[in-house]
Amino acid sequence: MIKKHRLPLYIGLTFVSIAFIMMLISLFYTPYDPNAIDPTNRLASPSLTHLFGTDNFGRDIFSRVMEGAKTAFLIGTVAASIGLFLGFLLGASAGYFGGWIDELTMRFIDAMLAFPGILLAIMLIAVFEPGMKNTVIALGIMSIPAFARIIRSSFIQYKSYDFVKASIAKGGGAIHIMIKHILPNAVSPILVAASLSFSGSILAESGLSYLGLGVQPPDPSWGRMLKEAQPYITSAPWYVIIVGMVITILVLGFNLLSDGLRDVHDKKA
Amino acid sequence: MRYYLYKFSMFGITLVMVSLIIFFVFQLLPGNPAQIILGLDADEQQVRHLEQELGLDKPAIERYIDWIAGVFQGDLGESLRYQLPVSEVLADRIPVTTSIAILATVLTVVIGIPLGILIARTDGKIISVFLSMITQLGISIPSFWFGFMLILLFSVTLNWVTSFEYVSWSDDFFGALRSHFLPSLSIAISNIAIVIRYLRNTILDQRKMDYVRTATCKGLSERAVLYGHVLKNALIPVITIMGLITADTLGGSIIIENVFALPGLGSLLIQSITSRDFPLVQSMVLYIAVIVLVINFTVDLLYKLIDPRIRQKG
Repeated sequence: MIKKHRLPLYIGLTFVSIAFIMMLISLFYTPYDPNAIDPTNRLASPSLTHLFGTDNFGRDIFSRVMEGAKTAFLIGTVAASIGLFLGFLLGASAGYFGGWIDELTMRFIDAMLAFPGILLAIMLIAVFEPGMKNTVIALGIMSIPAFARIIRSSFIQYKSYDFVKASIAKGGGAIHIMIKHILPNAVSPILVAASLSFSGSILAESGLSYLGLGVQPPDPSWGRMLKEAQPYITSAPWYVIIVGMVITILVLGFNLLSDGLRDVHDKKA
Repeated sequence: MRYYLYKFSMFGITLVMVSLIIFFVFQLLPGNPAQIILGLDADEQQVRHLEQELGLDKPAIERYIDWIAGVFQGDLGESLRYQLPVSEVLADRIPVTTSIAILATVLTVVIGIPLGILIARTDGKIISVFLSMITQLGISIPSFWFGFMLILLFSVTLNWVTSFEYVSWSDDFFGALRSHFLPSLSIAISNIAIVIRYLRNTILDQRKMDYVRTATCKGLSERAVLYGHVLKNALIPVITIMGLITADTLGGSIIIENVFALPGLGSLLIQSITSRDFPLVQSMVLYIAVIVLVINFTVDLLYKLIDPRIRQKG
């Protein structure tokens, strides 16, 4: 029998896998050319020929949603990597060294957290022009605080353990201890944070692209599809509904995944 | 007293860091800012003139000090597009965003807290797993898409609302309430979910405490223990996240105002970015960030006043 507390984990994994497989398939096959315009078939409602219907240019929405999955996963992965790398540098040194380094780093993190929602990303993009590259960088920077905080607290916890003290006694350097001894123990909270960072980045990207500050054409984006769908909200409601549901399902998938991972970790501990 | 002094100085350091981050980012503007603002066809003289107006001929450190000194005197610079002082442009916009933020926070408390208590009472039953997944759904929905869905529901399906025109509070109170309600609900939805989850967890944590066992042993009903003892302690940590949530509504407002065409700070921010009105963007970002810091700082102090145990530990 499936354990009750594992249910969110499995459902999350299922949602993420479906989206991931859809993204993989889109690399070599989509039912229609996502950019093929068909003026005779504008805003067609969902049917067997067009599973999700067509948009205001007669393009197949299902194919475009598949294409958009690529952007979602790309942005999620790169942003989480940037956030993890820089968050590790800040969080690990703050937690390990403590004292004024910790104090200064935490104030810097507090300062970053003073930009609510996507404001930090908006500010960066306003200065550096919208586009895929700058969106990814901005979202990566936005996810630094979450990683830094979680890594810092693991480091504070583990640095007083005997195996760390033993390594210090043997003359192990700070970087050696951080990477060889403490990091492996902090993997599961980091995984939880990474999963949350994925969902956060996908949500933020859709918001930025909706505002016209995120991914620009011809790069596909779910958020921009919503922007394009908005004027047709009464004449073609399925367009808005379907694209929004796709975003919600993938974000929910990552959120459940992180929730499930945390539960499994807590039960073990 | 020492504790408050420490808190105040940390607050000050964070404030300075925020202003430095904003100033630094706007220094990174690639190319000549005056040229970018004016566009490529601007002639040499125009560019020189704007450079002088923006103080671009001075060193960075001097410009930073000028900027901050101006902020303290209530002078946030001049908007390029409106040809007006930034503070004047903002004055019209602030009430709109403030009303949305307050209404969203009220909705969060009024809906989130009762539901959180209700869900905590289902703990241990299989239904609690599903309820927890539903709250995850609330966190996962893009707020602006939820706004679309509300528009669809109320204007197309139910035909209750016919227009989404902005109505100000002084013109028509109930009209204004109507025009603010859906945007606020769109922002509140994820915050409601967060409050429910958080409150549920704090209630369950409190239930394991010794005082609950004592209260149960002396014969109090489950209800009396929950409302008389557990809730008092469980609600205290919720105050901390209320600060974060109020801050978050300001961030959410940036997108939602564009969905519902509300003339607040969020829509102004996006317009100013599109029209490259950088002095206005820079001051607005600072303004929003400082408000967030002040809210969180106030909540932090409030929290310690309510629960003196924390002061002793700190």
